Order: sequence, then C-alpha cells, then structure tokens
Amino acid sequence: MNDSDSSRLETIHAKGGEGFSSLCLQLAQQHIDAHAVDPGPLPPATYLELEAAGWGLAGQLACQQGMRWAAAWAEDVGDGLALMACLEIAGSYLILQTALPAEHPELPSQAPYYWAAGRVERSIHDLFGVCFTDHPDPKRWTRHQAWDEKTHPLRKSFPVAGFPLAETPPDSDYPFFKAHGASVYEIPVGPIHAGIIEPGHFRFQAIGETVLHLEERLGYVHKGIEKIAEGRDPGELARLAGRVSGDTTVGHTWAACMAMERAARLEIPPRAAYIRGILAERERIINDLWDLGSLCNDVGFGFGYYQFGRLRELWLRENLTTFGHRLLMDRIVPGGVMVDITDEAADCMRNSAVSLRQELGELARTLDANSSLEDRFLGTGMLPVETAAALGAVGYVGRASGQTFDVRKDAPYPPYDRLNVRVASENQGDVSSRFWVRYKELRAALRLIEEMLGDLPTGALSTPWQTPQEGAKGFAAVEGWRGEIVCYVSFDQNGRIRRYYPRDPSVINWPALEKIALNNLVPDFPVCNKSMNASYSGHDL
Amino acid sequence: MLSLYGKIFRTGTLTERVPRPVRDEAVEREGEKLKAIVGKRFQGSLAIRQVDAGSCNGCELEIHALNNVYYDIERFGVHFVASPRHADVLLVTGPVSRHMQAPLKRVYEATADPKWVIAVGDCAACGGEFGVSYASCGAVANVLPVDGVIPGCPPMPIDLLRGLLALFSPRR
Ligand code: SF4
Repeated sequence: MNDSDSSRLETIHAKGGEGFSSLCLQLAQQHIDAHAVDPGPLPPATYLELEAAGWGLAGQLACQQGMRWAAAWAEDVGDGLALMACLEIAGSYLILQTALPAEHPELPSQAPYYWAAGRVERSIHDLFGVCFTDHPDPKRWTRHQAWDEKTHPLRKSFPVAGFPLAETPPDSDYPFFKAHGASVYEIPVGPIHAGIIEPGHFRFQAIGETVLHLEERLGYVHKGIEKIAEGRDPGELARLAGRVSGDTTVGHTWAACMAMERAARLEIPPRAAYIRGILAERERIINDLWDLGSLCNDVGFGFGYYQFGRLRELWLRENLTTFGHRLLMDRIVPGGVMVDITDEAADCMRNSAVSLRQELGELARTLDANSSLEDRFLGTGMLPVETAAALGAVGYVGRASGQTFDVRKDAPYPPYDRLNVRVASENQGDVSSRFWVRYKELRAALRLIEEMLGDLPTGALSTPWQTPQEGAKGFAAVEGWRGEIVCYVSFDQNGRIRRYYPRDPSVINWPALEKIALNNLVPDFPVCNKSMNASYSGHDL
Repeated sequence: MLSLYGKIFRTGTLTERVPRPVRDEAVEREGEKLKAIVGKRFQGSLAIRQVDAGSCNGCELEIHALNNVYYDIERFGVHFVASPRHADVLLVTGPVSRHMQAPLKRVYEATADPKWVIAVGDCAACGGEFGVSYASCGAVANVLPVDGVIPGCPPMPIDLLRGLLALFSPRR
C-alpha cells in the first residue's frame, strides 16, 4: 500500500468514527440509552449498545447520516435475545446491539427508513418471534407451512428436528399484492421454473405485455442452515458455509473462517491469505464467464453462450487439476487453506490468465458490434442510481448503478490490503451496464490473480486452531463475486458454534428486481433476472 | 418454394469431413455407450426435467456444464425439457426442503409414466451436509421413489454421464 492509499484509509475511518459518535450523541439527546463499547467484541467493527426502544430511531438517524444498512440478525443468548444490525459508511462498519426479553420481544422497526431491512426483519420475526411494531409490511417471509407461527426455529428451545407433518402443505394462502381493473391480469411463476434454476415464486401483475407490479416470494429452499450450524466444530462449519450457495463456496467459506479466526484471535499466514485471494478471484471469473454467457443466451445469442461457456469449462478444469475441485469447495479451512500452489501450477495459471484476456478482447469486439444484443440490453431493466443508493445495492448490481462500494477496496482485508484493487463501475443501471460491469470485473480479477501470483509469499499454509473462549464472537465482511458477504459467528463453552449467520449479497439485492422489472416487457423478465443473478439458496438459508 | 427445397435436397451436403479433433476420451466413450442405450430404449431421445428441490445450486452448475461444448450431451440424444409432462427422467437435486416437498410431488405426478427419478448429488442421495431437520426432508428417497443415485458434491459432468449410463444399462 502506498502513502496516499493509507492516508485515504485513515480519513475514511475517521469519517466513519465521527458518524458513529454523532449517532451516539443524537440518541442521547432523544433520551435513548446508548453507549459505544470500546474495544468492542466484533473488531474491526465499532460496537454500539442501545436500548430496544431506540432501535427505530437509531435507524432513522443512521439513514439521515447516509449510512448503508448491511445486515441484521438475532441470537438466542439463553436468558433473552440479542438483536444486531450492521451499518457501513465510508468503509467502516458499525454494529448496533440491543437486548430483548425471551417473552414477547418487541421493538420499533428500521424498515421505515431502510428498504433493505424489510424482509430481514420479517425473517427474524419468523425465526425468533421478534415483533417489529411499526413494520410497514409485516407479512411472514421465511416461514411457509413447515412450522406454525407460534414456534420459532432459531430459539434454543426449538429442536433441530422440529415438529414436521408427514407432508408439509403448499403455501397457498400467502397474501400477495393484488391489482384490480379492466385488462390487468396476474401471472404466477414458480416455484419450479422452466430451466435448470433454483426455485422461487414471482407474481406479476401485467397490462398487455407490460409489467405493472412484481412481487417475489422466496424461502422455498430454506433448509435450516443456521440451525444445523449450531454445535458444529470450526471445520464442520467451514464445510457448511461452503454450501450456503454453491456458486459462492469460496466467498462464504472465507467469510465464515475469517469470522471464526477473529473470534479466536488467530492470524492466518500471508501465503494462506494470498491463496484465498487467488481462489476468490478464480471463483469471480468463473461466475462472470457463466453469467455473461447466460445473458447472451437469454436474448437468443447462442454464439456468446457457447464461447463464454467454453472459457468457463477451461477454468473449471484448471481448478480440478490445480486445486482438486472444480468449484473449489472445501479448499479454505479455519486457520488457512488446505491447498498449495506449486511453481508449475502458478505458471499454468499465468498462461491461462494471458490467454483468457486475449480471448475476452476478441469476444468484446464481436459483442460490442452486435446490434441485436445492444437492442435487447440497452435500456432494459433499469435500476436508477438513486434507487440503488436507497436500497444499498451491493456488488455488480450496485456498481452498475453507480454504487462503487467494494469491500476489497473500501474495507480491505489481507491480501487485498496489499494489492491494487480496481473497482469497475457504470451508472446507466440497465442490463447493458450490468453486463459490461461484469466484463470489466473479470478483467480486473485477471490482473489481481497475476499480481498475487507474482508476489506469493512463502511460508505455512495454515495456523493451528486455538479454541476461543466461551461467548467469543466474530464478524467478517468479504467481497464475494456477487458482492459484500457479511458473517457473524459466536462460540459456546465447548469451542463449538453457538450462532452462525451468513448474509449473502442476494439478501440485499433481491428487492431491486421488483423495481427493475417494472414497465418492462414480461418476456424481458428472464434477462432482467439473469442480469442480477441473485442466489435463492444464499438468501433462503 | 418447393423448387428451392428441391435444389437444396438434390445438392446435398458437400461439406468435407474434417478429422475429429482429440477430445476428452472418457466423455466420448461414455457418451457413445449412452447414445446406444438411448437409441435402443428411448427411440433416440431421452428427455430430462431437472428439479432443484433445495440444493445449494452447486449441482445445477455441473448439470448445466453437460450442455457446454465439451460435453454437449444433446449429441447423445439426451436433452433437458421445460415441462415434466415432456420428461422421461426427473433429475432431482438437493435435500428436499420441506417448503419444496409439495411442489416436488406435484412435478412427479405431472410426469407421464413410465418415468425414472434420479437423485443427483450427496444431498439428494442421503441428505448430505443438511440431513433431516425441521426444514429439510433429507434424501429425495424420503419423498419420492428413487430409481438411481449419482453421488458427489457436486458430481462432475463425467459422473453424471456415467450415472445415467449405469441406470439405463441392461442389468447383468
Ligand atoms: S450435493 Fe453438494 S453441490 Fe449438490 S446440492 Fe448438496 S451441497 Fe450442493
């Protein structure tokens, strides 16, 4: 890192700190009991404890100060519940924490100020029974019919096996938004879609070919990840994290391991950090190639689909020969990594980077000159800059609409704190922007891989695990290929997991699709959806 | 119009055969065997409907890969269809989440007989990393009669080809 970079980081952290202390001050002026815990239990995040009555107000004030709402989760701590929310400004994270009683926990919602909080709070209600008193849309979210509204699976008193019926009935009475009037009609789609794709439901209201309203209904692949994480040892949690969303196995495993390592105050060796970085950038490249190809396919441009698919397969095969798994599952372990990079493998990877860059250049010229592609992409599925900002859209969805935040650049962690991370962005906010942002990110990832291979430190691949103390907690934010992944873990008295919460970027971005689809043609919905490519599994957990 | 087609027909294919490039031999070998069986038992066309009943999406990525140019599974007569009503085989992935139990059964009922269910991936085979819980029914066999299992996390494209082959090969 050079001098100007480090001074820039200092200023942004100072700015974050200032924002947080003024938030404290303003809460005090409104007679809300709030105090910063220093040093906090979740470094590098600042930690602020406040009384439950001030939860909504804290959201309102944070929103006025321009903080981005990143996540919220609850935890059953035995004699009650703890509720946490994660905010970010200028690369600094702030965690708000409040205590709630086990019986009738209720508090004001942050959803009136933060759009992204809406579904997350509904899910916390379904899983913990926390009531958000002034929530603008308090319908159930994660719960369908597999448990009843009086029981809450993430309470410790709820058994892992639950109380399932022999057959869970379909969720047929969910109160969807309805539109009435002549020539308005409704199109229900899913949960099972026509292609090889994850399940979820979309409810369209349309006039003619035009989408008037879209409501998403997710939760179909909710498989109890948070519950079955409890009681696992660190290695077992890393495996589970690698299956939160199969396409983000590196991202989620890294986030979970980083959170566990912080809880255990464990430093990983520099070589391990670099290898993690290489794995993460390879995951980004493979997914970028896949989505660029699929976007071409969704508008009937088979050439692009096959070319990008071919390049992707080459990289998958190189993953298998170099790292032993095509999708790179289970390569990251608590304390480091379980694979090394030989000099020979490094040479192969360098060569593949050079040839991929050359092929991309060739393809870009062909794609750029293709007017039918331009016709379908340009102006389709608009997510205006202001809407993206209001949502706090992350990853390439945010960056195609002017939201440049990237954890690798703005809140860097090893190895990115030593690398020159270039963040691609566009501000048109349509499918075309999301396509070309992905293309640029791909090229930036190639550069990063070359930089990391050139600088690969020598030394160990992992640090031996040290069991953390009872109640130890860890927080992590990493930039997965879809965007910022937030993760929280806490440990019990046996050094096993007490709570695991992974916040996939899709949780934040999914609501944007409801806006993106508006006023588009119904037949353009697949390409709008693909241009976001949010994860169902990562969202539903 | 007819004369145009007539001309095309009379002209025939003039493209010269090029020597086959060296490809992944295992894929070619397994693929040819599969093609022979699809030819014999399914009149040259085996239709698959893939259903994600709760997977992490890793299995789907490898199933998709079967369609890329390296595997190009369609050349062996195997193709993916959009509706269970057109399918011979249901390729089911994931532990079956409880929220997907009813939709999965409906898909099964909508598929015409004779039909085969293949559980793809460790999760579908035995519950995998997720097992049985308040939210998951575990293995596909806990919900539907299963005819074949292709283990792996996720199974690689070549494993998928071999798994299909094993299911439809004449029993010894
Ligand atoms: S078998 Fe592995 S890849 Fe397939 S759904 Fe299960 S966890 Fe994901």
